[in-house]
Amino acid sequence: MEALATLIRSMAWTMPVGLFFAGVALLLLVMTGLQFAYPTIERKGFLPMTTTRGDRVFIGLLGAAWIHLAWLALVAAPLWWASILAVLWFALVLRFG
Amino acid sequence: MDKIENNKAWFLVLPVFVIVAISAIIPLMTVVNYAFQDIFSPQDRYWVGTEWFESVLADDDLHGALIRQFVFSFVILLIEIPLGIALALAMPARGWRASLALVLMALPLLIPWNVVGTIWQVFARADIGLGGWLVNALGIPYNYTSDPVAAWLTIVVMDVWHWTPLVVLLCYAGLRAIPDAYYQAAAIDGATPWKVFRHIELPKMRGVLLIAVLLRFMDSFMIYTEPFVVTGGGPGNATTFLSIHLTKIAIGQMDLGPAAAISIIYFLIILTLSFVFYNVMTRMGTGERA
Repeated sequence: MEALATLIRSMAWTMPVGLFFAGVALLLLVMTGLQFAYPTIERKGFLPMTTTRGDRVFIGLLGAAWIHLAWLALVAAPLWWASILAVLWFALVLRFG
Repeated sequence: MDKIENNKAWFLVLPVFVIVAISAIIPLMTVVNYAFQDIFSPQDRYWVGTEWFESVLADDDLHGALIRQFVFSFVILLIEIPLGIALALAMPARGWRASLALVLMALPLLIPWNVVGTIWQVFARADIGLGGWLVNALGIPYNYTSDPVAAWLTIVVMDVWHWTPLVVLLCYAGLRAIPDAYYQAAAIDGATPWKVFRHIELPKMRGVLLIAVLLRFMDSFMIYTEPFVVTGGGPGNATTFLSIHLTKIAIGQMDLGPAAAISIIYFLIILTLSFVFYNVMTRMGTGERA
């Protein structure tokens, strides 16, 4: 137990990062549940390849990360705008990707 | 009749989940935590938001290391993949010569990375190394400790020597898996060696080439030990690749926050490019078009 406590302490957890990873874990759980309830079917949308639901979530998350990084590198405006853009991108990929 | 599902297999993959969690997920979560804090010790730390990301994204040293890294990986793939295919095609198919060739090919892969670096560090030296001395004796000025071009050449040649055998062995395995009937049919049709390669061997090697490209890209993009031992990132910053730059920040300067931010950017680049390579190569030859 002490080793576990040391490990968690050394990970230097903060609330925002904890919430972020809890969100990712929840998303994975929802995706697993959805896969059992409604098995995914590959489809072709605006992305240049056929994708499963999992592919689209992965591409959406990856794109969201790059949008935030590009915003930090190129734009001086608050990061919230990048987050709004990332949510829009994620929804776009999930629905039409 | 309904298919009977046996979920006991999930317990068999449980050890893999545990190993991946310990070796990858926990360190990754730690790095993400560190990237948003100024950390002096686990108890003495301060939330800084995106400050580290903003500073490293504007850092010219990081831009330089990133460009060098891309150029290095591109050059490595450009040399090692065609050379690996060519050597695999030239290797004997059976008999004692095939066994000997396989053993010789496997030898560089068995040598630890730091030993490879040390071998080449000594071999390429202009004063005491056989290779360096020989090049200078031919009238070509060569000193990898002071000339950036010579340093690059040394690192590239060393990587080609060390890792082309991996591509060769993968391609060789792919070639040997092609049934003789394909070659017999090609011979009946009067196919030239080029046409046999283009329409039989290359498509049949697609799977192993995918693995070879992915492995060599990821490995070359993460290269650290060999160039660090040979040149230490120099002369100047000429061979400071991303991992060497990252180590300088993390270990040399003990700037854990910026180092964590660079690690996340590094991770995202590898993840994205591997995903793109995987998708492009798995769709190549299957007829799927964009």
